[in-house]
Amino acid sequence: MTDIPAPRHIPDRLDKPLSSAIFSWEALLVMVAVAIFAINSFASPYFLDPYSLSDLTFNFTEKGLIAFAMALLIISGEIDLSVAAIIALASTMMGMAVQAGAGTPALVAIGIVVGLGCGAFNGLLVTRLGLPSIVVTIGTMSLFRGIAFIILGDQAYKGYPESFAFFGQGYVWWVVSFELVLFLIAAVVYWFLLHRTSFGRRLFAIGNNPVAAQFSGVRVGRIKFILFCLTGLMSGIASVLITSRLGSTRPSIAQGYELEVITMVVLGGVSILGGAGSIVGVVLAALIMGLVTFGLGLLNVPGIVMSIFIGLLLIIVIALPIVWRRLRGGR
Amino acid sequence: MKAFLKYREIWLAAAIVVLIGLISTRFPAFADPGNLRQVFNDTSILMILALGQMVVILTRSIDLSMASNLCFTGMVVAMLNAAHPAIPIPLLIVVALVVGLVLGAINGLLVWRLNIPSIVVTLGTLTIYRGATFVISGGAWVNADKMSPDFIGFQRAAFLGIPVLSWIAILVIALFFILMTRTALGRSIYAIGVNPTASVYAGIDVGRTKFIVFCISGMIGGLAGYLWISRYVIASVEVANGYELNIIAACVIGGISIAGGIGSVGGAVLGALFLGIISNALPVINISPFWQMAISGSAIILAVVLNARGERQQGRIILKKVEAA
Repeated sequence: MTDIPAPRHIPDRLDKPLSSAIFSWEALLVMVAVAIFAINSFASPYFLDPYSLSDLTFNFTEKGLIAFAMALLIISGEIDLSVAAIIALASTMMGMAVQAGAGTPALVAIGIVVGLGCGAFNGLLVTRLGLPSIVVTIGTMSLFRGIAFIILGDQAYKGYPESFAFFGQGYVWWVVSFELVLFLIAAVVYWFLLHRTSFGRRLFAIGNNPVAAQFSGVRVGRIKFILFCLTGLMSGIASVLITSRLGSTRPSIAQGYELEVITMVVLGGVSILGGAGSIVGVVLAALIMGLVTFGLGLLNVPGIVMSIFIGLLLIIVIALPIVWRRLRGGR
Repeated sequence: MKAFLKYREIWLAAAIVVLIGLISTRFPAFADPGNLRQVFNDTSILMILALGQMVVILTRSIDLSMASNLCFTGMVVAMLNAAHPAIPIPLLIVVALVVGLVLGAINGLLVWRLNIPSIVVTLGTLTIYRGATFVISGGAWVNADKMSPDFIGFQRAAFLGIPVLSWIAILVIALFFILMTRTALGRSIYAIGVNPTASVYAGIDVGRTKFIVFCISGMIGGLAGYLWISRYVIASVEVANGYELNIIAACVIGGISIAGGIGSVGGAVLGALFLGIISNALPVINISPFWQMAISGSAIILAVVLNARGERQQGRIILKKVEAA
């Protein structure tokens, strides 16, 4: 997408020595997660409370759901910057439906359909017209959120039905929230899709070399279109969750989420140049980001300072294996 | 290729003239030279930023941290001014350039030395620089009453009937024009964007050139930091939040290919002007400013669609031969 694409290999665990498996990306992320977990539990006495740990999950479930679809998209060499704007537009549409007296099932359906529609619009622009996705989605990002601004102005929609609150606030069992269950189910589904199906194999092939994939009979355009629809769909689902959790819609809802989702995906070891990555990594990265923001929150660190830690974490974790390799005299 | 580039800028200029014409049917005073000068002045900062982003995009990289750099540098100079009003403005501008340069050099070093993709590096520094603004300011604002009259007045002072801010923009445009068309560095920047591998064989140090390019965009971010703060006379953590995408949007509308190698100074300037005119005209012709985002979003999509055809012809000729064979 940007920068010089370095030659890459489709991940192959067979010819790797055991030592490299120990230093795999996922292992690195597990170590980081454990370290942050330990620091958190020492830093704040409130951290290890089950209810508090349950609150923690809300920090990453919504963005994590989008990150799964985004990971697939980035592996295939595309990107979607409009996900947060899709959330805003879907939420606005749900708000309009509430004003018209829609019930909970209709609201959920509207959120999902609007998300899917926006994703399909992105997908059509990218695949049918052959445009670079980073630019298309910068455009649709302004467009989707712009429509939300036109409809809402400086107003907010409220008055969501009580039963609607379950999606963002409800618990399935004890401290296990509905959002967390959804996140875990999505993790398994996306893991299966990416690592156990031919569809997943094709994504890696497209990301590594779209031209070769095309010549090997992979329908690159159609698969990319499906991926944009998936990202839109997940954004629609996230919109239902966020709107339900906040109980209101403002045009500025979910502002800046797109960069957090992409940070999650990249931190999870997905190559921003396409062709490499795993769902396990994304799950771990989501957990790490949740741990960092929640731990700092317990210490009363303001949100803007948390972003320093997230940014540093991103750069350090990415730089670590490179520096490590240099020090060992590789390359 | 050159004829084609010219063609694109002429189209963009024509689109701007048509836009001004359309607006003046609703509000005749808009096309008044005095007002157009005002529009140019209002768009100056975006033009400067777009030029800095352009050189980065031309080398197939991207700088997402520009608006955060602007925010940080702006806060630094505003706090300096508030604490020591005696520091002359030219010196403050030098400080802004140096602070911006340092922030840009950090991006550049990470991209050059560690080979991390620029989108990842600047995604990280985007949040770091803005967070650092909070750290140095403690979350406090620097208001107009804490800034010295010189600090606020400098860019508003008129020279030959045109504000200093516009002159700075004209100067920056001229410098970038010389850089891109008359220097070896400019040639290298285009070469890297068109074909990085061939550039290496041609003796261009790709990594170092990218480092320089990030230093340039950093300095531009720093300069824009001073200009922004002294124009809107408030320095806070929220300054220019999300503006990085407006800058990229101006470049895209100006016909600068996100895939690198294609674009010109004129394009970036016109792209920024296009966005500037839209945001200036909406309130004048009684359209709610809430429409602004949707309109500029549509303009971006339209611009990409129009640009795409030319780019595809350029970049995929080799591929077509393969397909034919």
